[in-house]
Amino acid sequence: MKKVIMGNHALSYGALLARAQVIAAYPITPQTQVVELLSEMCADKILDAMFIKVESEHSAMAACIGASAAGARTFTATSAQGLALMHEMLHWASGGRHPVVMGNINRAMAPGWSIWTDQNDSLSQRDTGWMQYYCSSNQEVVDTVIQAFKVSEQLLIPGLVVLDAFALSHTYEVVDIPDQALVDKFLPPFQPEIRLTPSDPHAFGGLTSPDHYFELRYKLERDMEKAPALIEETGREFKKIFGRSLDLVDPYLCDDAELIFVTSGTAGYTARVAVDELRKEGLKAGNLRMRVFRPFPFARVREVVAKAKKVAVLDRNISYGAHGIFYQEVKSALYGPQPSPPVFGFIAGLGGRDITVDSFREISSYTLARAKPEEDIVWIGVKR
Amino acid sequence: MRDKNAKKVVFHSEREMPTMIISVGSQTYNKTGAWRNIRPVIELDKCLKCGICWKFCPEPSIVIQDEWPVVDYDYCKGCGICAEECPAKCIVMVAEEK
Repeated sequence: MKKVIMGNHALSYGALLARAQVIAAYPITPQTQVVELLSEMCADKILDAMFIKVESEHSAMAACIGASAAGARTFTATSAQGLALMHEMLHWASGGRHPVVMGNINRAMAPGWSIWTDQNDSLSQRDTGWMQYYCSSNQEVVDTVIQAFKVSEQLLIPGLVVLDAFALSHTYEVVDIPDQALVDKFLPPFQPEIRLTPSDPHAFGGLTSPDHYFELRYKLERDMEKAPALIEETGREFKKIFGRSLDLVDPYLCDDAELIFVTSGTAGYTARVAVDELRKEGLKAGNLRMRVFRPFPFARVREVVAKAKKVAVLDRNISYGAHGIFYQEVKSALYGPQPSPPVFGFIAGLGGRDITVDSFREISSYTLARAKPEEDIVWIGVKR
Repeated sequence: MRDKNAKKVVFHSEREMPTMIISVGSQTYNKTGAWRNIRPVIELDKCLKCGICWKFCPEPSIVIQDEWPVVDYDYCKGCGICAEECPAKCIVMVAEEK
């Protein structure tokens, strides 16, 4: 069934179709409609879930962790300051191996107060042990929530489904809502082996001495290393049932490309338009849209961009004192003995400044005019 | 009374360990009474046998024996909640000395 829905409601539909059993959330612009619609679905008994209203995002994630420990499929959503307030609990979810799935609407961090998009909120949670998916369309949001539950529950690692504020969260698009019976076939109920239950009591997350802590972190990383293959596998399975691809990366015209843009989020689709225009003008451009940031698909990135003459990474984020965060990862993916193309790093669109086709034209001109990068950060559109 | 002979569980490889951080054995090998700076002393001649100290002890380290409260000093951390809550004021906190 096709519906015209906003990106936020795409997250709600994803949670509905996944049959989330517990939702604990606190509202924050631009995430509010996600949980607003979910609370209505719960009240109207369309979704058989417990909706827990809490006093903060820290409590929201704490409630999700408790519910997940008890064996419930658990969903929440937040944004920017809310995600930052959850930071401690994000470690609890991943360290405790509770496969919560959360939507995060990319919103720039204050100060200055901003409600507009950039990726510094989610990328600041890079090392918390959560998987991170970046979406570029409302269809991809619905589909990714369903995929994320399937992957997370097999690995017992939580997942973050990320979309841009307003550019996606409040933009209405046609979405093919997957059939519930088919989703049920794709995503079986969550049945963890170990769960919080009164008949077999255990203390969860207790004091762990140096005898064991190290091994638990080793196990988490080893399971995270299984995630790229599992994301590919679930993506293929999803495509068989629903006809849409959910891969680690989304390359567009990269096979013969001389210049490859590396992008994520909504800028990933703007880049495609730029690629089409540049190709009409005779430049063999391509675009590698990153769907997954953690685990970082190093092998796939290497495979796609290694043949290009030049790589231009667009970051809507910054690691102060270092560079754009995707830029660092792409460089890291190409490090080694094999010959690799020069990688240029661009920062654009912080705090919701538009990233347009012209931004990519500027990136392309800059890159073509230079044999190799002269600086690690090239600022696109900064007024100086 | 709890079993005080519990042994600490130590895994020898990550394969033996559960994925999640959960308690698998009794924690009573950990005699938390060693953390105590002040100890509760119950003056039984003033005690009303109301059981409030037993109810409030968070450890729980007060047991009722033959109707009278007895402190289990192997686990009592000396928090003083029993002394605070006792309506007859018959529990005194006394400094531990080496």
